[in-house]
Formats: sequence, C-alpha cells, structure tokens
Amino acid sequence: MDFSSFLLMRHELILLVIILLLIVAEIFIPQHKKGSIVHLAIFLFGIHTAVGFLGMGDGVLFGGMFRTTGMIHFFKNVLNVGVFIILLQSADWLQEKIVAQHKGTEFFVLMFSSLLGMYFMISSGDFLMFYLGLELSTLPVAALAAYETSKRISSEAGVKLILSAALASGVSLFGISMLYATSGSIYFSEMAEMISVNNLTILGLILFFTGLAFKISLVPFHFWTADVYEGAPISVASYLSVISKGAAVFILMILLFTVFKPLMGIWENMIYIVALATMFIGNLFALRQQNMKRFLAFSSVAQAGFILLGIINGEQLGFATVIYFVLVYIFSNLAAFGVVQAISLQTGKENINDYEGLYRTNPKLSLVMMLALFSLAGIPPVAGFFGKFFLFTAAASKGYYLLVFLAVVNVTISLYYYLLVIRAMFLRKGENPIAFFTSKLYMRLGLVLTVLGIIVLGVYSPLYDYIFELSKGLM
Amino acid sequence: MIEGISIYEILTLTTIIFFIGVYGFITRTNLISILISVELIMNASVVNFVIINKYLYPDMLQGVLFSLFIIAVAAAETALAVSIIINLYRQIGSVEVKETEMMKN
Repeated sequence: MDFSSFLLMRHELILLVIILLLIVAEIFIPQHKKGSIVHLAIFLFGIHTAVGFLGMGDGVLFGGMFRTTGMIHFFKNVLNVGVFIILLQSADWLQEKIVAQHKGTEFFVLMFSSLLGMYFMISSGDFLMFYLGLELSTLPVAALAAYETSKRISSEAGVKLILSAALASGVSLFGISMLYATSGSIYFSEMAEMISVNNLTILGLILFFTGLAFKISLVPFHFWTADVYEGAPISVASYLSVISKGAAVFILMILLFTVFKPLMGIWENMIYIVALATMFIGNLFALRQQNMKRFLAFSSVAQAGFILLGIINGEQLGFATVIYFVLVYIFSNLAAFGVVQAISLQTGKENINDYEGLYRTNPKLSLVMMLALFSLAGIPPVAGFFGKFFLFTAAASKGYYLLVFLAVVNVTISLYYYLLVIRAMFLRKGENPIAFFTSKLYMRLGLVLTVLGIIVLGVYSPLYDYIFELSKGLM
Repeated sequence: MIEGISIYEILTLTTIIFFIGVYGFITRTNLISILISVELIMNASVVNFVIINKYLYPDMLQGVLFSLFIIAVAAAETALAVSIIINLYRQIGSVEVKETEMMKN
C-alpha cells in the first residue's frame, strides 16, 4: 500500500506528533523542571512552522472529505506564524503563573488541538469534516478561556464562550440539515451542482451563516466577544481574536464563493446589512471602553465588519484582498495584544488611563503600540492602510459605493478612538506612570516579529500578487 | 419509514423543538437550564438528519452517519460546559445567571 498520499496531511500529522510528544514529556519530566516544557513546546512548534513553508502539492483524501490546495497550504502557514507569535508572547506568563500551578503542558496541548481543528476546518471537503473541525477548534478554546481556575472572571468567560459556541454550532447544524434536505449530499462539490434558489435553501443558508458569524463575532452575534476577551487570559483572547477569526473567515469565504455561488443574490444583501451593523456597532461601542482588552475586543468586531467588504465582492479579487487583510490584521492585532500582555504581566494594569505617560518610561513598547494602532486604523506607511484600501477596492469594483463611503466614515470614527490611546501614551503626563521595565527574551522576540510583519507587509508588494495568484485555484 | 406519518409532521415537530430550544436559551436564568436548551437544539437537528435521510435519500447513509457524530460531539460539549459550570459553582456557590455576571460594559 502506498502511504505517500498521506503527506498531503503533513501539517496535521506533524502537529499531532507534537501533541503526543508533549503528553509524553509531561509524564517523564520531573516536577521541579516543569518550566522546561515551555521551551520544548516553543522549539517544537518553531520547527513545525519552519517545515510548513516547504512546498506541497494539491490533492484530495478520504473520498473528498479532506482537500488541500496552494491557498489552503498558504493559509495554514499564516495560522502557524500567528500561533508561534502568540506562544512567544505568552511564554513569560506561562512560566510565572501557570507552570507554578502545574498546568503548563495542558495549555499547549489544548491550544495545539484547537489549531488542529482549524486545519481540518479550512481543508474540509464536506460538511461532516467541517463540523468536526469547527467543534475541535472551539471546545479547547473554551477550556483555555476558563484556564485561570482560581479567578472568577475567567470561569465566567469560559461559561459564556462555551454556551454561545454550543448555541452557534447547534443553529448551524440545523441549517446544514436543511441544505442536506434540498441537495441530497453533504459534499461541497456535489452540493455546488445540486443547489438551487428556493425558500428552504435560503433558510438553511441563513442558519448556517449564523453559526460562523458567531465565530467571527459579527453583529448581532457579538455579545460574547467583549466579556470573553476581558475575562480570558490575554494570550487566549489574542488567539480568539486573530487565529480563530481568521480561520472562520477563510472557510466562510470558500463556502460562499463555491457552494453558495448560485445564491449570491441572497447573501450579498445579507452581508451588506451585517457589514454596516458590525462596523457601526463595533466602532461606537469601542468609543466608550476604558479597559484595554474590551477596547481591542470591540475594535476586532469593527475589523470583522471591514472584512465583509471584501467578501461581498464574491470573486477572486475579493478572496485575495480578504486573505491579505487577515494577514495584516494578524500581525497588527498581535502587536497590540503583545504590548497589553507585557504591561499586564509586569504591573497588572489594563486600563487606558494607566497608559498615561508610557512614552516617557517605556518608549519602545509605546512605539510598538503606536505602530499596531496605526496599522489597525489604516494610516498610510504601514500595512493596515493597504489592507483596507484593497478591501474597499474589492467592494467598489462591484458598485457598492454607498457601502464604501459608510466604511470610510467608520475608518474616521475608529481613528478617533485609536488616537485616544496614542494620546494617553505620548501627550499625557500621568500622575504615576508605569515604571520602566524590560521584558524577557521571548516577549521581545514576539514583538519584534509583529513589528517586522507590519512594516514588511506594507512595503513588500509582491506578496499580494502571490496571494492573488494562489487564489485562482479555489474559484 | 413510519406507516401513516409523513415527513411533514416530523419536520414540523423538530422545528418546534428547535425553537423551544432557542427560546429557552434566551429566557432561562439558570446555567444548567440553558445547557438543556442547547441540547434540545442539537437533538432537533439530529432527528432532522435521520428523517431526511430515511424519507428522501434512503440509498445513502450520509445523514445517519452525520447524526452519530453530532451525538458524540454534543456529549463532549456538555461535559466541558458542566465542568466549567462546576468550577464556577465552587467559587460563587450558585449557577444563576444574574449572580454569575460580573462584567458589564
């Protein structure tokens, strides 16, 4: 028998081996040396990330349930880099708080299992694989959100996340059952041929969309976002806001552009309304936040609204722009979360007021934060500007001028609240500013990587062409 | 196939169960009751899959297999949710929603 076709699942297999190795290491490493497991996990995942960049062919496994293309391979690498940065940024927190409670290994096992679920979700070829991947990616994150078991706020975040995720996947399943009723198959390729516009299919599409909208935290399914981000550990919040959102956007886009292509007239209107509501509500609620984590939560809701502007295009241009924007967004948001994490770890302060005078005491950290917020707001020299600009181009090329105009209004609103943080850091003096501190090696490495990402993506244009070429294969 | 009962009656039943679940999720004030409501939603779709498979596409078993997976995953989901709720109960001694909530914007 020839097993070489299984190499198409290389990402999944290597990650599975890492998970098993970590479980074995947990058994054999003695109790007083448990700190070394953090180094081991980061080292193994670094190798996995590097190996992932090796080339891989296209192919289909298990009778069409699992498929991989150049684009899917590329996006798995993007997710790997994101998770690697998160691990670097949370290493110190793990060493100081979590390993001391003897829960270090489980953190990595849960996070890697969730990443494994995302791999399966984005390369799924039928709804069964999609559903299993979705659940495998959600359940471990709920456990991670409730990870600081001694803190009440963390348990509350876990309860909110698991209950809303369960409701979302239940509603989504009901939608899938209706799509199955009309098309007679759960395979994407067969469904795409059989699907036609009728009332049952439309209801199925809406219910199915609801499930993914919960994961991307689109309005009106965003209620869990702020509370979960505030209560959960910061590394879990950043994981939820970039990795889990990015993977869900990717699979939603594939499904809308291929399987639900005949229903485009329906979902265009749906996305138009949801995009407007998401941008306005995300931005307006972000204005009145005092806690940095809640602030970033509503900012990420608003960013999800901008992503929908690319999806509404419905063609290759939209696909490529959204992938590019997600890539930029991963780096910018991780930089912002990284700074919040570093400050919270040293001082325990998380409010915007506490950041007053930060530039005088910690100039490097505040520069990283400024770059991240400029990128999120979309100010020209950094990558975020090009990401937003391409998204608006994608929407405008289909004639949605009013939508683009309202999105630009939203960018202006968002600029105001991003600048509030920058003003607090640079212009305010502050009565007792955060004292000077130096972060450890891992945290510095994580922040440098994000800064490099923000600057390089803004300057190096061939990357966008590369993504555009890759996205041909999916249409 | 059940004698004398058409697919419409069963689908109406599952739709009613589904909406009872959604209603319960929104209105209940006890975390365990909310969990039960979610289970109703899941089970409505399980019955949906089996019935659609049996009545409309009896030559393939896709729907039945799908429902088996849903049952297994729903069990895992419930176990995790209950364990988080128990952890919360140890800290505040209650599973009422209004006593759980600390975070308000």
